[in-house]
Amino acid sequence: MNINTPLRSLQDNDTFIGRHIGPDEQQTRTMLAALGYGSLSELTRATVPGSIALNRPLALAEPRSEQQALDRLKQLAQQNVLHRSYIGLGYYDTVTPPVILRNVLENPGWYTAYTPYQPEISQGRLETLLTYQQMVLDLTGMELANASLLDEATAAAEAMALAKRVSKARSANAFFVDQRCLPQTIDVIRTRADSFGFELIVGPAKEAASHPVFGAILQYPDADGHIEDLTDIIKALQADQAIACVAADLMSMALLTAPGEMGADVVVGNTQRFGVPMGFGGPHAAYFATRDEYKRAVPGRIIGVSIDTRGKQAYRMSLQTREQHIRREKANSNICTAQVLLANIAAMYAMYHGPEGVRRIALRIHRLTRILASGLYKKGIKGNTSFFDTLTLELSADQRSAVLARAAEHGINLRTQTGDATVGISLDECTTVSDIEVLWQVILGADAADLSTEAVDAELSEHNKLGIPAALQRQSSYLQHPIFNRYHNETDMLRYLKRMENRDLSLAHAMIPLGSCTMKLNATAEMLPITWPAFSKPHPFVPREQVTGYVQMIQELEAMLAEICGFDAVSMQPNSGAQGEYAGLLAIRKYLDSKGETQRNVCLIPSSAHGTNPASAQMLSMKVVVVACDSKGNIDVEDLRAKAEKHKDTLAALMITYPSTHGVFEEAVREICQIVHDHGGQVYMDGANLNAQVGVSRPGDIGADVSHVNLHKTFCIPHGGGGPGMGPIGIKQHLAPFVSNHAVVKLDGPQAGNSAVSAAPWGSASILPISWMYISMMGAAGLLKATQVAILSANYIAHRLDGHYPVLYTGQNGRVAHECIIDLRPLKAASGITEEDIAKRLMDYGFHAPTMSFPVPGTLMIEPTESEPLEEVDRFIEAMISIRREIARVESGELDADNNMLKHAPHTLADIMDESWERPYSKQEAAFPAEGLRDNKFWPAVNRIDNVYGDRNLFCACPAMESYT
Amino acid sequence: MSEFPDDLKYAATHEWVRVEEDGSVTIGISDHAQELLGDIVFIELPEEGAVVTAKDEMSVVESVKAASDIYAPVSGEIIAVNEDLTDAPETMNSSPYSDGWLCRILPSNPSEIEELLDADTYAGMCE
Repeated sequence: MNINTPLRSLQDNDTFIGRHIGPDEQQTRTMLAALGYGSLSELTRATVPGSIALNRPLALAEPRSEQQALDRLKQLAQQNVLHRSYIGLGYYDTVTPPVILRNVLENPGWYTAYTPYQPEISQGRLETLLTYQQMVLDLTGMELANASLLDEATAAAEAMALAKRVSKARSANAFFVDQRCLPQTIDVIRTRADSFGFELIVGPAKEAASHPVFGAILQYPDADGHIEDLTDIIKALQADQAIACVAADLMSMALLTAPGEMGADVVVGNTQRFGVPMGFGGPHAAYFATRDEYKRAVPGRIIGVSIDTRGKQAYRMSLQTREQHIRREKANSNICTAQVLLANIAAMYAMYHGPEGVRRIALRIHRLTRILASGLYKKGIKGNTSFFDTLTLELSADQRSAVLARAAEHGINLRTQTGDATVGISLDECTTVSDIEVLWQVILGADAADLSTEAVDAELSEHNKLGIPAALQRQSSYLQHPIFNRYHNETDMLRYLKRMENRDLSLAHAMIPLGSCTMKLNATAEMLPITWPAFSKPHPFVPREQVTGYVQMIQELEAMLAEICGFDAVSMQPNSGAQGEYAGLLAIRKYLDSKGETQRNVCLIPSSAHGTNPASAQMLSMKVVVVACDSKGNIDVEDLRAKAEKHKDTLAALMITYPSTHGVFEEAVREICQIVHDHGGQVYMDGANLNAQVGVSRPGDIGADVSHVNLHKTFCIPHGGGGPGMGPIGIKQHLAPFVSNHAVVKLDGPQAGNSAVSAAPWGSASILPISWMYISMMGAAGLLKATQVAILSANYIAHRLDGHYPVLYTGQNGRVAHECIIDLRPLKAASGITEEDIAKRLMDYGFHAPTMSFPVPGTLMIEPTESEPLEEVDRFIEAMISIRREIARVESGELDADNNMLKHAPHTLADIMDESWERPYSKQEAAFPAEGLRDNKFWPAVNRIDNVYGDRNLFCACPAMESYT
Repeated sequence: MSEFPDDLKYAATHEWVRVEEDGSVTIGISDHAQELLGDIVFIELPEEGAVVTAKDEMSVVESVKAASDIYAPVSGEIIAVNEDLTDAPETMNSSPYSDGWLCRILPSNPSEIEELLDADTYAGMCE
């Protein structure tokens, strides 16, 4: 470049590629040279089998710069029209307290962390998750809560599954659903009941116990806003050994008798209105609470209290062994992603407002609803008299069309449904006094002229029975724990949030080389749009014409993903990879049924598969048949062929991960898919490892009929400390009619009668701009390069660690894909040092451990991603080599087998301050084992946590305040 | 090194069986099984009075590493369960063949006992 360089060479539309990809040109050459390759394409040819290579650029738009992509997305955003929504049905406008918005939702310290599998460096979010569980326990009146599920509808479906597991009504095979449950909840329960083979009975709540059922779910307050005392129905259900589940609105619990106080066995619901934007459907955290006696049947993650080796209180995920990574097809559920970021925001909202603040918000919503109702009913409108925040008005057809016309004029969305003349109004935290006056005008027209909110408010006396029936007014207190009562000014809150953030290692500190998790950069430009009101504000059920830009963005992303993966269509509904598996298998099931092949029920799954695969197949009532792997970690093709042949009349599907869970490009993958097709089965490809394929090969070309795409791995949605995620599925044309539709928002493409897998039609729509931005800024060339550098980086690590740690599996030419597994079992046999010791010791070097013992026990799986620059990759390698030298000192007997820096890792400030330090190694060796740590040291908040103590002494609520530090 | 007492019979799924004088059988999990599981933290006890068929799942043992099903080695009625395990599941680690027993079954088909493995065969299988 010089003063005469022409303009076209100075345009910088593709600068983001160099921002996203860590190694620069020079570093890339260095890494290639270490492996003996001249170029990225040479390495790619050596690694990726020729039989699956794409050999053409992806047909995507040219890359845009960050600003260009933001401008384009802004144009789409401006096509959305933001009306005031009173639709309700589980979604309500809310105010995210700004201190939480900026310091948590918009803060990479919180949103780039991983699921807290390494608790010593995750104490911050574990504490807030425990606070979340306490909040749920308090408000629902239950004994045990998990740390969130994907949405209210799937939580309700999980309640049904738990009911089946624990009900003593063993012979019953039916589940009852209150017809006044939210429509999307009924829809998702219908899907699940069908695939489990349960009979579903939908009817009026009072009839719940008149059927022989193993469980029932009731809505409180119901979808129309009514509030009923459920005590008698619950008792009657329990008398017949049925499990009584209640889907309850969290905000209303501040004023209503809690479902737990009415005897409920399970309570579920959405925590969205505690400060989490509606986001056109998500992401939000659903809560799940139950009795202590059912704790081992609870799906998802539960945070518990334990102690560290110094006896200090510490938090961890407990009761993990019933989950799919261990129990596989016998797991409680296939769901492993939670909604940690959103659960934490809800908990922080409760902390910041405290019991008084939450009660004031609930009382204000309720008072405004009473004023609204009182004015309307005085004028002769008919509607429900018991309510918290929701009115359902019975109008004539003429009245209704006049009302809807006036609503449109005022930019207001009301709840309507086909088939009746009712109009529903749900108020929320954002409703103001002037909104009530506008609503009167909308409903009453000119008749509203003489109504004033001041006058109606003044008239509302104790004798006015509108609202919450006296018998159902909450008497018990909630949020009494000190954690909810000491951070009510912004200074305290800000510092608390920062203190918690500082306890957690995130991508803002160091690389997180978790194999199969793809912890790549979550670029700021990708994150900016998610809090734009055009994307964060819309209710998921608004009329399509108000969200044309939103829907266009989603459709553009669908088209990008279809091109990248080689599919004909994409279903955006699944909220996680595991849910994508379920949705994909469901589409296969329906497709096979449509051909009259209902007997096809066998799902082949390789022994190396992730535990969610068999758990998902089990949810479809499929029979899991395990396919062996050979000594190289590849699927044993002859075993597959024999099993496909044996089950040729009943074969439904194969679930295969590609590149394999062992991190290699299996050469036989096309043949494997062909064998399954030849025997009448469909191929489900788990997209967990898609980051090794983008631009170099496509699942659809290899032979997959359906595949999920983890947008939170390959396409940059941050992990949020353990959720949100998104697991849309790509499908071939023949499966397209069979994917999920939605009860409220009809989607183009899938058959109209298909029920949903998620509460919202497009899953967690508000985080889709992240992936849209990523693909738009990278373009075909950038995405290809990202894949190539991800493969380069993994191979570079494998190469440099070889000789120190054996690399367990490789593919053609000795190459790994985008991750590598190092085998620690020989070291363990020789020294007694375990994979866990090494994982904890890495914390002393400032790293999060790679994936431990998956897919092979006694190993670590390392995935650097393309985003980590060479300096960071080298720093990690040097740490691993240094740890190897430490192990050698144990092997040689120089260091005691139990009293060494590996067994005592991680080291904390408490160790350094310990005046009675008598270890056979120095404090320097303990905490500063590498160059650079003196300038940049991440301190684990606690010493190694005692897992046995935690599981033997289960405690899953906030402990007494004196134990906080 | 795991112990494999000679006077016991074993199932391939790692349960042991001891025939008592009254014809009932006592059941537990082998030393090898408890070693594989590691620290046991919870045991879902079988239901006293339940009638089980050989190879039925009758209990779940949970360690920090795994939750494993325990299968009935023989068919019959469960006539006693070791309630002490509720508060002290670690007994199954420390004393798998004695205080850490799981339950007693009154076999309905005693010939099933003969089909179980002897100590040498089982020990060979665990190598």
